[in-house]
Amino acid sequence: MPRTEGTYKAQSERATGVTPQAEQAPQTQQEEPAHKGRQRTKMVAPPNNYLVPERDALLTPVLECRHLGIDFGGLKAVEDLNLMVGKTEIAGLIGPNGAGKTTVFNLLTKVYQPTRGTILLDGQDTAGMDTARVSREGIARTFQNIRLFDSLTVEDNVKIGLHNRVDCGMWSGIFRMPRYWLSEKEFHDRALELLDVFNMADNANDIAGSLPYGAQRRLEIVRALATGPKLLLLDEPAAGMNPVETEELMENIVKIRDDFQIAVLLIEHDMDLVMGICEGIVVLNFGKVIAKGTPEEIQANPQVVEAYLGKQD
Amino acid sequence: MDRLKNLSRASKDNLITYAMVIVAFVVMQALASMHAISSSMIGLLVPITAYICLAISLNLVVGISGELSLGHAGFMSVGAFTGLVAAHILAPMVANDGLRLMLSMVVAGGFAALAGVLVGIPVMRLQGDYLAIVTLAFGEIIKNLLNNLYVGFDGALHFSMKDTTSLGMNGGKVLINGPQGAVGIDKLSTFTAGFLLVLFTLFVVTNLVDSRSGRAIMAVRDNRIAAESVGIDTTKYRLMAFVVAAALAGMAGALYAMNFSSIVPKKFDFNTSILILVFVVLGGMGNIRGGIISAALLTILPEKLRFIGDFRMLIYAVVLICVMLFSNNAAVRMAIDGLRERFTRKDDDAALADDVKGGGAHA
Repeated sequence: MPRTEGTYKAQSERATGVTPQAEQAPQTQQEEPAHKGRQRTKMVAPPNNYLVPERDALLTPVLECRHLGIDFGGLKAVEDLNLMVGKTEIAGLIGPNGAGKTTVFNLLTKVYQPTRGTILLDGQDTAGMDTARVSREGIARTFQNIRLFDSLTVEDNVKIGLHNRVDCGMWSGIFRMPRYWLSEKEFHDRALELLDVFNMADNANDIAGSLPYGAQRRLEIVRALATGPKLLLLDEPAAGMNPVETEELMENIVKIRDDFQIAVLLIEHDMDLVMGICEGIVVLNFGKVIAKGTPEEIQANPQVVEAYLGKQD
Repeated sequence: MDRLKNLSRASKDNLITYAMVIVAFVVMQALASMHAISSSMIGLLVPITAYICLAISLNLVVGISGELSLGHAGFMSVGAFTGLVAAHILAPMVANDGLRLMLSMVVAGGFAALAGVLVGIPVMRLQGDYLAIVTLAFGEIIKNLLNNLYVGFDGALHFSMKDTTSLGMNGGKVLINGPQGAVGIDKLSTFTAGFLLVLFTLFVVTNLVDSRSGRAIMAVRDNRIAAESVGIDTTKYRLMAFVVAAALAGMAGALYAMNFSSIVPKKFDFNTSILILVFVVLGGMGNIRGGIISAALLTILPEKLRFIGDFRMLIYAVVLICVMLFSNNAAVRMAIDGLRERFTRKDDDAALADDVKGGGAHA
C-alpha cells in the first residue's frame, strides 16, 4: 500500500509513545449535514505506533508486519505482531526465553507460513512465497543453532551464499563453457571480498565445520550477506562469544549496515550488545509485543522489567 | 609446475583419479594384447567399466546429493533396452560400429533421463528412508514393465504389452520379447568404448560437483534448511543430481547390454541395485576414486573365488563385511592417516578434508 508523505509527517509529529495509544477515536459529530444523506465526519490519522529512525522515515520501510500471528494447535505462538523496520535501521527483538522471537524469524523467512497477518518486504507482500523465494527477494538470516555447510570449505559456504547473484547453468558447468570460467572467477573474488569484512580471507580453504565457534557464527553472517539482502536477520549472533569478540561483532554489525546500507534485525540476550547498537527495540513476551521504543525507553519500561525479572511486590 | 601447485585440492584429487583410470586401461590393454590375462578376465573388462560408470553415477546421488537411492538398476535397464533398440534401428544408417554404439548410448541416456524425471518428481517429495523405499519400488516397477514389453521393428516400431503376435509385424525382427528379453544383440561394446564412457562419466560428475550447481547440491545435502535460507531451490538441485545420475546409468546400461548376445530384464533387479550401492558404500560415499576401485575389485572377486565353487558368495560376503569393519575401524584409520602424514608433506587441510569426506578405501 503506497504511503503518502502526509502519513509519515502525522506520524512523526505524534509523541513517541511506547504503548499503543488509542488516540481520539474517529468521532462523528452531530452537526448540520453538509449534504443531504451524509453527515459531516471528522477525519483523523489512525493510531499508528510504528517507530523508525528519522533518516528512514520517508523511505519505504524494509519490513512491515501487520497483525502477524501463528498458531501451533491451540497455542498462539505469535499474536498480533505489528512491526516496522526502517531502510537502514538496526533493530532488536528481545524477550524472555520462549517468548516467540525465533518463531518470528521463521515467519519472516517462511519456514512457517503465518496463520494471520501480512508481511511486507520493501513494500511487497510475501504471501505465498517459500523460503528460497523470500531469500531471493532480500531477507537473509543466521540461525540460533549454527547451520553451516559443515563438510565444505569456508569459501564454498560463501559461494553458496552467492548462488543467486552469479549465474552459471548446469550445462555450462559440466562442459566448462566460457560462462563457467567467468562465473567461477566472480564467485572467488566476491567470496574473498566478503570474507574480508570479518578478516576471514585467510581461512578460506578451511573446512567450515572445523572452525572455532565464534568463527562459525561470523561465517554464517558472511554467508547471509552474500545473498545480497535488504534485511539481515541475526539470531543470537553473540551467543558463545567472549566479551572481546562481542565488542568486535558490534562494530562489524554497524559497519555492515553502513557499508551495505541494509537493515538489521537481531535477536540477542546480551543486553550490552542490544543496548549498544540497536536503534529501535521490540520486546516480546508470550508471543505478544509488550513494548517498543529506543533502548532508553525500553530500559525504563516497567512491563519489560516485569517480563524479565518478575513482578516486585 | 606452478600451475599444478595452484590447483585446488579437489582438482588435484580429480587429476589423480583420471590418471588412475588411464593407467589401469593402458595396463589392461597391454596385458590383453600379450595374452597375459585369462579369457574369463577379458570377458569381465566391459562389465567392469559399466559397473564403474554405475558406481560413479550412483555416487552422485548417494554421496554428493546425500539421498539413498535403491533403484539405480532400473535406470540401467531403461538405458540397456532403449540402447539396443536404437542400435538396431541405426544399423542400416550408421556403418561405423563405434559411432553407432555412441549414438545408441546417447539415446539410452536420454530415455533413462526421462525415466529419471518421471520417477524423480514424485520421489523428490520424500526424504531419507521413505525416499529409499520408493526408489526401490520404482526400480521394481521398471523391471516388471520391461518384463511385459514387446517391441518389434520392421521399418517402423511396434509396441505391445501382451505378446509378440499382437505386435502385428510384417516380417522384421522382435527386438524385446517380454521376459525373454533381447536376443541376437550386435555386440558393439568394446573395452575401449567402456574406458571412454568411464572417462565421460567421470568428466560429467566431477565437473558438475565443482560448479555452481554442484555446490548447491552439496549445500542441500549438508543442511537443507540453510540451503533454502540462502535461496536455493532444494527440489531442483536434488532432482538435477538424480536425473544426471539416471542418464549416466542409462548409458552404462547400454554399454553393458551390448556386451552380451542376449539380455533379460530380470538381470536388472533389486540385487543389481544393491550391488552398485555396495560399490559406492565400500569406496566411501562421495569418494569417487574409492567407488571406482571397489567396483573393479568387487566385480573381479567373485570370478577369482570361482575355484571354491558353491562357497564363493559366502566368502564374498565375509570379505565385504571384513573390509567394511576394517576400513571403519578407528585404530586402523589412525594408522593409515599416520602413514599418509609420514609420506606426504604435512598438510593439515588435506588430512582434515579427507576425514570429513569419510573415504577409507583410497588409502
